[in-house]
Amino acid sequence: MAKYLLLKHYRGAPAAANDVPMDQWTPEEISAHVKYMEDFASRLEETGEFVDARALSPEGTFVRYDGEGRPPVTDGPFAETKDLIAGWMVIDVDSYERALDLAAELSAAPGAGGKPIHEWLEVRRFLTEPPTITE
Amino acid sequence: MDEALLRTLTPTVIGVLVRRGADFAAAEDAVQEALVEALRVWADDPPRDAKGWLVTVAWRKFLDAARADSSRRHREELVEAEPAPGPGEAADDTLRLYFLCAHPSLTPASAVALTLRAVGGLTTRQIAQAHLVPEATMAQRISRARRTVSSVRFNQPGDVATVLRVLYLVFNEGHGGDVDLAGEAIRLTRQLFALTDEPEVAGLLALMLLHHARRASRTGPGGRLVPLADQDRSRWDTRLIAEGVTILQAALARDRLGEYQAQAAIAALHADAPSTCETDWVQIVEWYDELLLLTGSPVVRLNRAVAVGEADGPQAGLAALAGVSPGLPRYAAVQAYLLERAGDLGQAAELYAEAARAATSLPERDHLTRQAARVRQLLQE
Repeated sequence: MAKYLLLKHYRGAPAAANDVPMDQWTPEEISAHVKYMEDFASRLEETGEFVDARALSPEGTFVRYDGEGRPPVTDGPFAETKDLIAGWMVIDVDSYERALDLAAELSAAPGAGGKPIHEWLEVRRFLTEPPTITE
Repeated sequence: MDEALLRTLTPTVIGVLVRRGADFAAAEDAVQEALVEALRVWADDPPRDAKGWLVTVAWRKFLDAARADSSRRHREELVEAEPAPGPGEAADDTLRLYFLCAHPSLTPASAVALTLRAVGGLTTRQIAQAHLVPEATMAQRISRARRTVSSVRFNQPGDVATVLRVLYLVFNEGHGGDVDLAGEAIRLTRQLFALTDEPEVAGLLALMLLHHARRASRTGPGGRLVPLADQDRSRWDTRLIAEGVTILQAALARDRLGEYQAQAAIAALHADAPSTCETDWVQIVEWYDELLLLTGSPVVRLNRAVAVGEADGPQAGLAALAGVSPGLPRYAAVQAYLLERAGDLGQAAELYAEAARAATSLPERDHLTRQAARVRQLLQE
């Protein structure tokens, strides 16, 4: 078993085939999309593969250390930031192929016109604990 | 409260319920509920007869569930009068549970989860924590696994090799959480060892004990990985080593070699050596040759190259590496190590860095990054 992160981007991923912003969908289309995501997550729970799903606010702030005794320096949000993460799902699956299949299924979530978005999702493997027996 | 006793009794109690006519899934569920209740009430009010208590409570849980499900009602009459099993039967039941939970129709992850619950007596929550997944996810994984084996007859004989693979996985998983999975794997393998007469079971038990003996020395501060060569051998558990070696020798004497015995033999040679340079690498290479004949595994071929490098020098090691697929995890790490010893520091540093990028665990990545940094420093001197 290995855990994978399915990463959804606001920006930074290649453009989706059905690339209409959500605020231009009909309310029904939005409901259908949300339901698809919920159903997807509960199916994964039933197969024993679901770990976590989270959405992030699009507003982010960059923060850095500015030296002893000084308050942190903040900057942003930057409108031009190339990469902006929208959210993620974490799955625990038997194989990399299974992770790809699930990501593809998630990418088929309906968007404008009720058609699949074909959104690009980034699949990343979690680093694990080292195995006990290696030699 | 004696949680270990509770866990030991789990497969026996499931066996009792199955003998009384419950199907495996219902029995397993009922015993799990009884376990959870035991964990709750035994601390304040421990029973005099732990097994009797568990059987009674699990049976009641089963009847409650059966009553709720009218199609199962007939079972109540079926069974009440069934005599309790003798000790021999309890042992058979436990063994059957091992086979069922490791049934080849299950995926490795399902077999691990089901084994930990039905044979190991861990709660779903503990298993979920050990695998870093939500409890609901683990509950589903287990119930699907039970459905998968629902058509398998309980008394059908199984293949001990599949059980050993599952136990090996449990031991080697190395996940976090409160549950010591390595310790649990050893307990379950020990129990299996007592129930069977199969040299490979002894081989796996010896392998686990010999690796477990080195546990304290394997990680440094902050979970830092300490490679075999740098481990403080005075911290190795000599009692576990002695036990592992004794079990292994008895198994090897039966002359039915298998992969776990061969792996354990390699671990025993390491355990026996006062240092890396005083290790009997020639004999280790011979064991890798045996292991290669038994498994044909590319990982064995890779590890063999390391041993050849120690026995006959880095050039021989690199030559042994020639037949190994570079796509293997740790290939670059092995190549880097051999090249460093052969004096090619520039390429070694590059390969250590490449190996770090390909590492599948954080401690390994950090370790390999430090190796790259160390060799780069040597280059600048």
